Amino acid sequence: MPLTPERLQDAYRQMLVIRKFEEAIRSLYQQGKIRGSFHPCVGQEATAVGGCWALRQDDYLTCTYRGHGQAIAKGLSVRAAMAEMLGKAAGCSKGKGGSMHFTDPSVGLLGANAIVAGGVPHAAGAALASRLQKKDNVAIAYFGEGAVNQGVFLESLNLAVIWKLPLILVCENNLYSEMSPSHETTSVVETYKRAEGFGFKAVQIDGNDVEAVYNTVETVAAKARAGGGPFYIEAMTYRLWGHMMGDPEIYRTKEEVAKAKENEPIVRCGKRLLELGCSDADLTRLDAEAEAVIADALEFAETSPAPPPADALTDVFI
Amino acid sequence: MPNITYVQALNEALREEMKVDPRIFLMGEDIGHHGGIFRVTKDLIDEFGVDRVRDTPISESSFVGLGIGAAMVGMRPVVELLFMDFALVAADQIVNQAAKLRYMSGGTVSIPMVVRAQQGGGRGNGAQHSQSFETWFAQVPGLIVVAPSTPADAKGLLKSSMRTGNPVIFIEHKLLYNTKGDVPEGDYSIPIGKAEIKRDGRDITIVSYSRTLLFALEAAETLAQKGIEAEVIDLRTIEPLDMPTILESIKGTGRLLVVHEAHNNCGLGAEIIARVYEQAPDSLIMPPRRLGAKHVPIPMAESLEDSVLPQTADIVNAVEAMF
Repeated sequence: MPLTPERLQDAYRQMLVIRKFEEAIRSLYQQGKIRGSFHPCVGQEATAVGGCWALRQDDYLTCTYRGHGQAIAKGLSVRAAMAEMLGKAAGCSKGKGGSMHFTDPSVGLLGANAIVAGGVPHAAGAALASRLQKKDNVAIAYFGEGAVNQGVFLESLNLAVIWKLPLILVCENNLYSEMSPSHETTSVVETYKRAEGFGFKAVQIDGNDVEAVYNTVETVAAKARAGGGPFYIEAMTYRLWGHMMGDPEIYRTKEEVAKAKENEPIVRCGKRLLELGCSDADLTRLDAEAEAVIADALEFAETSPAPPPADALTDVFI
Repeated sequence: MPNITYVQALNEALREEMKVDPRIFLMGEDIGHHGGIFRVTKDLIDEFGVDRVRDTPISESSFVGLGIGAAMVGMRPVVELLFMDFALVAADQIVNQAAKLRYMSGGTVSIPMVVRAQQGGGRGNGAQHSQSFETWFAQVPGLIVVAPSTPADAKGLLKSSMRTGNPVIFIEHKLLYNTKGDVPEGDYSIPIGKAEIKRDGRDITIVSYSRTLLFALEAAETLAQKGIEAEVIDLRTIEPLDMPTILESIKGTGRLLVVHEAHNNCGLGAEIIARVYEQAPDSLIMPPRRLGAKHVPIPMAESLEDSVLPQTADIVNAVEAMF
């Protein structure tokens, strides 16, 4: 069932929370408060919210280091996410994982991964477990088109089809693999065609349209639950910021980025809401509500204690 | 006590645990109707079906990865690699994923997965089918590494490995599979992290494991005829290492030789000797020694392979040089 106008407002606010989360991280990064790398998902919020909202909380999710949006959309506490970014004990991984390893199995988030296709077999394994346990949970794996040349990705496509897993693979094709145009590094850059070659039921969709993403994932998730998997969705999108902080972005023009901003998911969702009868004041209110979520998370994270040094030695084994 | 082979002992461990724990399932190449290249999973598919005894494509990285994902959501996969050498094909999933996911998640997920494989030389399988990697894995925090030498230890340690709830690299040896030994009946297990003194002696401590443990015992027989009583310790678990048993033994013998089939360079012998000097520097009455493979890839021809891998005679000679 498509998102109702009310639910679309919620999705709009959720996308704003994710956008503002990344903006807050950039600001913290510039203040020197963030350790390590930060790979923003700005411009890709619709794939996260549309996809994760079409699933149940007990469905499984794996993603990559560009997965803050998916983690939050799946239900990861924004406070716990922000605290993790700042390396606090209250972080979702107690400060041990950081930006690239958000995990919260209580909402099905099995882990973000710093190896671009590393989490794809984990989602497939969770999907296999669901079948073995006679459950109807599905697993969704998010990755970028930069991941489709890693061996484990291709190996996992094969196994998912052979074993008919309740697995949904979502390729966020944002045109650039790290700092290189993907068409220069990838033989069949329309990645859904690769998946078709492996026997997947595969589609390419507009990844900046949150309703389209939602509808597609909802449809295939129902089929996967009933044993019709696996499915592959190539969601065309655009990363509005660099690959990571400090990326000089010499691989694209400012004009190209400016043009992409006209088509970015939050702007588009706002226009759609206005068409559906929302007022500018409604959008302003939703923006303020998202802002409040981030302000609260920042306050929580910044005032949380760092983990004691001795905690470095825990959580290796059960 | 039944006298059975190492292969039969492993097969029994899998069967008995699969009977009582529905979370356990097996994945690997040709493990179904073929029963595994060395027959460790023989007939299990008849008893437990294709869902729990899953033949995989030749794609180690993905099926180890699937094991991780299944383990994270409540299953207990036991994954067989045809040869330990192929663990390198799956190295990212073992080292970057299985070993670290629990830690990186702040302890919110766990990976109760056993990766089984046979390793080692002695059969002329050449350089890509004969390596010994226990030291590589022991260097990675988050992995338990076991390497039993006898059928009884193989069964007991495989049971413990399936029960521990953590990622385990379970190392078998291709030339141990047909060796026989007494194996207790009924449910029993061998604790992870506990070495065993396989032969008592007062003159020198020989520390070994896996196939070279058998060589050490043979060498000890020869040495006894020459008046040297060697105490032989079977580590059984490589990580975590049972240092107390080693330290206690050398307190009595004052001499230490470490023997393993893995390459000597940066090997377990170096690690054990370093720890002895850190933890009990005064216990040795003479410098310790180590025996491992020479620093070349493992060759095929018998004369070459035997010269590269430590043999029983090498152990005898090394010990005699210490008296």
